Amino acid sequence: MQKENIVELKDISVAFDGETVLDSLSLDIKDKEFITLLGPSGCGKTTTLRLIAGFLEPDEGDVVFEGKKINGVPAYKRQVNTIFQRYALFPHLNVYENVAFGLRIKKTPEKQIKEKVNEMLKLVNLSGFEKRSIGTLSGGQQQRVAIARAIANHPKVLLLDEPLAALDLKLRKDMQKELKKIQEQLGITFIFVTHDQEEALTMSDRVVVMDGGKIQQVGTPQDIYNEPENAFVADFIGESNIVDGIMLKDYFVEFSGAKFDCLDKGFAPNEAVDVVVRPEDVDIVPENTGMLTGVVTSVSFLGVHYEIIVDIGGFKWMIQTTDEHFVDDKVGLYIEPDAIHIMKKSKYSGLYGDYSSYSEELDLLSEPQEVEE
Amino acid sequence: MNKKSFGNKLIACPYIVWAAIFIIVPLIIMVYFALTDANGVFTLANIASLGRYKKAFAISIVYAIIATAITLLLAYPMAYFMTKLKVSSQKMIMMIVMLPMWMNFLIRTYSWITILANTGIINTVLGKFGIGPLKLINTPGAVILGMVYDFIPYMILPIYSVMSKIDNSLLEASDDLGANAFNKFKRVIFPLSRPGVISGITMVFVPSVSTFYISQKLGGNKTMLVGDTIEYFFNLGPDYYNIASAISLILMVLIMISLFVMNRFSDDDSGGVVI
Amino acid sequence: MKILSRLYIGLILFFLYAPVLVMIVFSFNSSSSVWVFEGFSPQWYLGLISDSVMLTALKHTLIIAVLSALISTVLGTAAAVGIMAIRNKLANKLIMSATNIPMMNADIVTGISLMLLFIFVGKLLGLTESLGFVTVLIAHITFNLPYVILSVMPKLKQTDANLHEAALDLGCTPVKAFFKVILPSISTGIATGMIMAFTLSLDDFVISYFTCGHYQTLPIIIYNMTKKSVTPDTYALSTLIFIVIFVLLIFYNMLSSKAENKAVKRRV
Repeated sequence: MQKENIVELKDISVAFDGETVLDSLSLDIKDKEFITLLGPSGCGKTTTLRLIAGFLEPDEGDVVFEGKKINGVPAYKRQVNTIFQRYALFPHLNVYENVAFGLRIKKTPEKQIKEKVNEMLKLVNLSGFEKRSIGTLSGGQQQRVAIARAIANHPKVLLLDEPLAALDLKLRKDMQKELKKIQEQLGITFIFVTHDQEEALTMSDRVVVMDGGKIQQVGTPQDIYNEPENAFVADFIGESNIVDGIMLKDYFVEFSGAKFDCLDKGFAPNEAVDVVVRPEDVDIVPENTGMLTGVVTSVSFLGVHYEIIVDIGGFKWMIQTTDEHFVDDKVGLYIEPDAIHIMKKSKYSGLYGDYSSYSEELDLLSEPQEVEE
Repeated sequence: MNKKSFGNKLIACPYIVWAAIFIIVPLIIMVYFALTDANGVFTLANIASLGRYKKAFAISIVYAIIATAITLLLAYPMAYFMTKLKVSSQKMIMMIVMLPMWMNFLIRTYSWITILANTGIINTVLGKFGIGPLKLINTPGAVILGMVYDFIPYMILPIYSVMSKIDNSLLEASDDLGANAFNKFKRVIFPLSRPGVISGITMVFVPSVSTFYISQKLGGNKTMLVGDTIEYFFNLGPDYYNIASAISLILMVLIMISLFVMNRFSDDDSGGVVI
Repeated sequence: MKILSRLYIGLILFFLYAPVLVMIVFSFNSSSSVWVFEGFSPQWYLGLISDSVMLTALKHTLIIAVLSALISTVLGTAAAVGIMAIRNKLANKLIMSATNIPMMNADIVTGISLMLLFIFVGKLLGLTESLGFVTVLIAHITFNLPYVILSVMPKLKQTDANLHEAALDLGCTPVKAFFKVILPSISTGIATGMIMAFTLSLDDFVISYFTCGHYQTLPIIIYNMTKKSVTPDTYALSTLIFIVIFVLLIFYNMLSSKAENKAVKRRV
């Protein structure tokens, strides 16, 4: 059965001071799904969230909620609630009063408030913290209070703006599971914003990859990982070797000076394409049996596997393998047809997928948290 | 990201109207008075006659500069030494420094007469040793002393508050990089405390250059400062409002120029308005 | 070095307090001299209580200080919030520059310009007495306003913009969100501004001098006293004021350090 759309964004454009932030973006969000907006900082993901919350109005296009256009409806009248990046808990109120805040605004009877707050605190494992003041809570606990406060209002959609960014790695993993659990328990739509691709893949039903104010790809985590639509998506999700190729004919592609069988079709004969090969899908074999040959230029040990950079005709490939190799070894590469993924050329072609500038890639991955003044 | 706001800009309107009527309009009226005679006829005579008061201006500026310099020399080490104390003591000393500020400055100034007068405390004590009496009161020195005394908290306060915020790791880093005490001061502490110094200087210079009480009490009536001149004319009555306005106008221009120059010396704009 | 620096601090404090000490000692003088201490007597304090001029001036001072502090706090807080919402950089800069004028300008210039305005308007309205309660109140509000605005503004800037949005998100109207969330988080700035306004008003002499007419405040009375020959009653009055402020400050400090201790404990 096709689930109904709860939120629809239609041809939305937003600009701040003449600078385009969202560029005619359209997106349907289904009821009860866990959808993640993923992208680097400045890609427009938070802006999209704020449009739905009602903190921002689009310059063009419509925001539709349950089939009704809600442009111009102020935030306090919308049936969505937000969990802010730094939680935005009210410092002058204790835990109980923070969670009760929305209910009090709605003039809910005191008895119901009490029941509801207790229920919420139980849900987020904070029973007994009612009287604590916000300043005494750890980051993880504050996070839970923020969740309890937002869902106490019974929103139909919960918006989460990088809610785990401020937590340390271990806690973040735990909260990922817990959030997913809460979402399933409540059966409401979660719209989650993050720049962490791993987080997006673990938690979501669907992932929306964004860049430059545009949606690059929408799909299940598996789709996004296995069938990236362009070089940006391929690079942003996981590690990718992206090389220029020529689709000689259906199921047959040439790149790096060799010809390969593949599983893709539907391209024009001899069409220039981008070819993606994931580092874990490449096997290292003796030089004389390889489909491609090259020289190892760097080896790093990462625990589960080695990360090896191999220079093939000036282009640096990344290969993940459990076998040890050494710098200056001459090696051959073997690639299965199903490990080769062909993409149409896009404006991102040639920007990503070469590991000769590996340190820059690392900088991108460890992108600093967006902190507003 | 867009600027945050917590309310409608319209609620600033009452204040904007207030500021226009009671800050801007009075200054315009002052300019009007400065450029007219007692009958409201336009004239440049007031401005032209200001040459007669150039001595008052000169003395005011010289006294204020000397007083500001002395205040800075006294206050800077004070602020620096304060930052070396325990935090609790720092707070206490800060309170003690501020306390006289909250007292009526007329009385604070006046008490100095008791100390400096020919029959005052200092001369009485000196007399016991067969010295004096020295002429202390009604001298330029007494006027400058009064300025230093009245306004020194305004110098200590901003310098201390800027200095106390200097990150200790910066000082450790300069030790680590081999700076000796002098270099640490010259290259790290002083540059970082400059905004406090700048705002301290303005907060001492402006009231010093425009005072009219200190000079009357501690300088006798021999030294007429700009402030005294203005007050003198206002007390003579409405016929003299025009010339008094003209002098006030020049005083204001003088102050604005010196503030502008001071702000030029501070690299960041926060320096000018530290309270 | 340590001893030297403490000695220095001690010397500066001695410099600051020597006149205060002199004042306190001579306020208990049994003769009317402020030069020669002839013996201990509380007579000047007792005399103050029955001095109706002094008491009226005290009343005037308190009325002006309370009213001007309250009005400037309300106006100034609203102004700070409103100015923050003004996005036009030029308009913002103009307003802030105008706001800085009374703070930066010499008191004597501010006082005189206001006096000229009041006399000007008084003439237009045909009043015989242009200066009085209203004008001195307006003058005090005017010079208090920048201090209120400049103590509220930083608190507003520190306030997490998300707090306001969170309140809206949870169903508050913008007005309700302001009172329920923003006001509590800038309350310390408002309190600081109000206290500052109150004490500035209490202490002001120069601006009152030009704008008060016959509505004389305590500093004006003290000024008039010091114009003639001073007797220890002026010292007695000032000692009393000094003690009141001293007690208030200690009280305020105890309160704020208590609040701080609590905050520290919470964080641990």
